[in-house]
Amino acid sequence: MATVIIPASDAGHGYTTTGLPSRKIAIWAFIGSECMLFASLISTYLIYKGRSLTGPFPHEVWKDPATGHVFKPILNIPVTSVSTFVLLMSSLAMVLALAAVENRDIPKHTFGERVLGNSRLWLFVTALLGSTFLSFQAYEFTSFVHEGLTIRTNLFGSSFFTLTGFHGAHVTAGVLWLLTLLGIDFKRGLGPADALNVDIAALYWHFVDVVWIAIFTLVYLIK
Amino acid sequence: MSASPHDGTQSKLAAQASEGAQHEHPTWAIYKWVALILTAVTVVEIWCYYLPAFVATPMFVPTLLVLSAFKFAIVVMFYMHLRYDHPLFRALFSGPLAIAMTTIVVLLFLFGKLAIR
Repeated sequence: MATVIIPASDAGHGYTTTGLPSRKIAIWAFIGSECMLFASLISTYLIYKGRSLTGPFPHEVWKDPATGHVFKPILNIPVTSVSTFVLLMSSLAMVLALAAVENRDIPKHTFGERVLGNSRLWLFVTALLGSTFLSFQAYEFTSFVHEGLTIRTNLFGSSFFTLTGFHGAHVTAGVLWLLTLLGIDFKRGLGPADALNVDIAALYWHFVDVVWIAIFTLVYLIK
Repeated sequence: MSASPHDGTQSKLAAQASEGAQHEHPTWAIYKWVALILTAVTVVEIWCYYLPAFVATPMFVPTLLVLSAFKFAIVVMFYMHLRYDHPLFRALFSGPLAIAMTTIVVLLFLFGKLAIR
């Protein structure tokens, strides 16, 4: 039977016989399963696309035959483009937070090095950008409801709110996770020994980002 | 756990353990360039959306899909460090991702959203 020598400093951190941290294997397996969850939601959206009998529609004008009311295309591309940019930048802040935690013990001499090495700053910025994205989503959902599109209006509404709602729930969980790490950082400081914990949170956060990259193209841009 | 001196895989696994715990990460300069590229590609995507002449062509959807896949790939490779990480993590991600993508394509064929003419 093959055996593994684990450094004494890593004892008790849960390494598998592959020599890799079990928690990191678990988060990648979880992300793999999440790929399939979002694939099912995206495929449902794409299958139902264009099959709604009543409006409002995502990219087309619709006139209600009963009331004569004209509904504009409901998707607001400028607002969603800004929220997409916000989420992309949150991923940059997240990698900087992880790098700051990993390199905490390295002395910082310049102002730039101190800024880049400030894990509290980057964790806060990531959580703030995530919250901003959620605010944009709340604004979008509210304006859709005011314009007459709810989850029960048509097939587009059902599949759109389910897909983007699930994504928003994942972002919310990510923001709470980041705020927890930020609280720990303020309480006792996050150092290289905590890098794996921050790395796992970062992987989840980047996954939420890549899912949005797919949603933005497939739902918002492709007509 | 005792290590056998005759076990040939021992040193390899120990090296893997070290690699798994502390893999190489990109530098700030690479992170900055990735962010700039992501922003630039997103701007190109939105620009394509607002070009009616381009939207009407058959190239519109494939172009957006390729740009989106490119953004997806660079986030996964550089921000999620999959380019630098252990092959097992790559397999754990790309395997389910391939199944997920195949499922989407098969369902689109099944429900008549895609067709071979």
